[in-house]
Formats: sequence, structure tokens, C-alpha cells
Amino acid sequence: MSLVGHQSPPIFKRGPTPLARLMVFVALCLVMLVADLRFRYLEVVRQGLSVVTHPLQLAAAAPADFLRNAAVYFATLVEVQVENAELRRHQVEAAQRLLRFSQIERDNHELRGLLDMARSFAVRSVAAEILYDAPDPFARKVILDRGSAHGVVAGLAVLDARGMIGQVTRVYPVQSEVTLLTDKDQAVHVQVERSRVRGVLVGAGSNRMELRFVENNSDIVAGDRLVTSGLDGVFLAGLPVAHVVAVEAGDDVFVKVFAEPIAHTEGTVQVLVLGPDQAPPARPDPATEIKRSVDTVGAPDKGT
Amino acid sequence: MQPTHRSNRILLPAQSWYVYLSLLVALGLSYIPTGRLPGLPDWVAVVLAFWCVREPLRVGMGTAFVFGVLVDIGHGAAMGQFALAYVVLAYLASSVSRRVLWFPSPQQALHVLPLLLLSQIIMVVVRMVGGAEFPGWWYFLSSFSGTLLWMPLSVVLLLPQYRPVERDDNRPI
Repeated sequence: MSLVGHQSPPIFKRGPTPLARLMVFVALCLVMLVADLRFRYLEVVRQGLSVVTHPLQLAAAAPADFLRNAAVYFATLVEVQVENAELRRHQVEAAQRLLRFSQIERDNHELRGLLDMARSFAVRSVAAEILYDAPDPFARKVILDRGSAHGVVAGLAVLDARGMIGQVTRVYPVQSEVTLLTDKDQAVHVQVERSRVRGVLVGAGSNRMELRFVENNSDIVAGDRLVTSGLDGVFLAGLPVAHVVAVEAGDDVFVKVFAEPIAHTEGTVQVLVLGPDQAPPARPDPATEIKRSVDTVGAPDKGT
Repeated sequence: MQPTHRSNRILLPAQSWYVYLSLLVALGLSYIPTGRLPGLPDWVAVVLAFWCVREPLRVGMGTAFVFGVLVDIGHGAAMGQFALAYVVLAYLASSVSRRVLWFPSPQQALHVLPLLLLSQIIMVVVRMVGGAEFPGWWYFLSSFSGTLLWMPLSVVLLLPQYRPVERDDNRPI
């Protein structure tokens, strides 16, 4: 009698060893992490599963909502009066600006027509409220109460009354996630309002930002206002973003420029989601562009 | 089952539905938006560690993986970040299960502290390799508050398994 090929009784079957199972799960997690962090493949899975978790999230958000509403309810009369007075003053200021604005817009429209320039884009805007800070402690993000059902799409700029605070990076059906300008991975193409010097503004955490790729001889000083350039095709041009705080000597080519956001990136509640209504035209393929320019340059040579 | 291996009390067997309900409640608690308040316990990690120690044959790495992915989605974290941390936590908690249950509750908590810390360190390493900034040392406070939670939690989670004490002089335990 040989025991080769003899099955062990089923009561001893426990499947693979714990270590083997651990290795399988760790490998699976690592694959998911790489697919998500590096290639962003898992957005569809995330969206799909967020439908399952959404009821639980709503239930969990209820106590926080209650506290927030209670805080509004118990706001003192004096605070409300002060706020009301300020809002009235703002409204009077805004009203007379608005009167001039419609005039200027009409002028601008006609002048653009005369110059045969492209018409400025229609604007998409959604008013929203910041619900809470995203719980992920590794990034600076907030959650808005408006999502794809209200017309929010990823990539739009988010502003408060003073200026830009961030960009919509992920859209759920009735919520969206905004990455604040001070996040390490958030970049905006900006120009100095005064001198039109351009650069890329990158978050540096804790209410600081750094303006990169500004040449040594550029006209930029502390106190300059930085506005979006609109060259990225994502943001509207001219949205106020940051103040330059300090300009320091950098390496041979670029200076070091530090900036602070104009808006209170952390602590605002009412915001506006704003962006061009249509997607920018597709980027031309560099290879075909070069070929075409070579062709047009080369053609007269052949003729003569 | 006993509350600890030294205890004289015998517990009723754990109900599957109660185990998974407690994990779901912990998931709901972890979804409560609290902003950037540091030191809040990771409810799912503590409850998961508890059941991995108590019921290593029922709750293990598979459950840890599923709940990890659900936390990832709810927190907007990188997919697989919590899943990886929880899977390692479940493996270690199951493997120390037989040792830990010999100790009274406060010392069990001390055994769990390094496991919770390790799962947080894994998440920090994963995200910093992915290019995120360091969240600050306050981040690790959550493990310590989770440890403090162990004692009350082990009473609450075992509550349905206790049976009333009945004195019987003819029975040894």
C-alpha cells in the first residue's frame, strides 16, 4: 500500500498557507497602487464602487451636516448684521462695476470683430459649497456639494470671492473633489499681471507656492499679482491666483519665486466652479506639423 | 471560546452577521467627515484587528482586502493603500492571535499597538514613494487612540457572546 496520490481527509484542508495568501494579496495591492498612482487606470472602478459606498457616506455625513446647520442657526444677531452690512456694501460696489462691465464687454466684442480675432469662449459656472476637507492626510483636497449631475467636470477652476483656490480633479455624481493650489501636485500656468512674465505656479504645502521657470532677467518683484494665463486651455485667462512674496537668486538660469494664494485656500465655504464651456481644440500632432512646415518652406526652392 | 485563555467564562460562538455588521459600522464611522483633525482612531483597522485575533479562521486577509478597498474609495486615497495596510495587519493579527489571547485586555492592546503603527507606516511609505508630502508626526497619533479603544471595544464586541453567569457547584468551570 502506498500513500502516493492519497487525498488528505477534508477536515484538514485549509487552503494555501497564510504566508502564500499574504503574498498574493500584497501583490494585488501593489498592482492596484501602481495602476492608480502612476497610470490612473482605476478611475472607472472607483466611480463604480463609489455608488455602493455612497449611501453609507451620506449616512455618515449626516451628523456633520447637522452640526454645520446648528452652527448657522445659533449664529449671533450681531454677526449676521455685520455680515449683512458688508454684503450690502459689496453689492453696491459690484453693481456699478457691472454696469460698466456690460458696456466694456460690448466694446470688446466689436473690437475683436474688427481685429478678426477668435471670439472668447462661453463660460460654464456652477455655484457650490465646500462640504469638508477630504480625509486623505497626504494631499490638500476638499469636497464640493456639486457633481457631474450639476454640470461639474474635471479640470474646471474653483474660485472664491477673491481668487482661485484650486481645480476640480475628480467628479462623483453629486460631489466633486477639488485639489487646492497649495497641494504639492497642483500646477497652474500663470503670468505676472504687470509685466506679462509667465511661469508655472506649483504648490509647496502650508499656504506656500513656488513660481518655476522664470528667467533671471525677468521683471518680477515681491508684491506682484499673478493671474492665470489661459495658455493651458483649461482655465480662463486673468483669474487672480497669488501674490509674489519673495524673489531670491536661484541657479544660473531661473530665479526662485515664492508666492502666497490671494484667496483663503483653506477655510472658505462658498465657491464658484468656473471654466470654458467647450473643450479646447485638439493639440496638433507635432510630427505632422513639422513635416508641413518643412514642406511649405521647401516648396518655393523647388519652383525657382 | 473564552474572553481570554485564562478566563473561567465560556463564550457563545460568534455570529457571522454580528462580525460583519460591526465591520460595516466601523466603516460608517470612518466615513464621518472630520476634516484634518489628527488622532482620530482608524475604526476599521481596530475592529478588523480585533476579529482577526478573536476569529482568525473566519476573518482574515480576504475581509481585510475588501474593507481596505472600501475605505480607499470613501477617503479618496490611492486605490490599494488601505487594502495593503489592512492585509498586512490581518496577517500579523491572525498570526499573534494564539499568544495575545493569553493576556488580559490592557496587555492585548499593547500587542496591537505595533501592528496599528506598522499599518500606518506602510501607508506613509506607499504614498511618499508615490510622491505625496509627509503628513506630519501627528498622523501616528491615530494608532495610539486606536490602542486606547481596544479595551472598551473588546467589551462591546464580545457582548452578544456572553451568557449569564449561572452558579453550578458540580461543574468545574
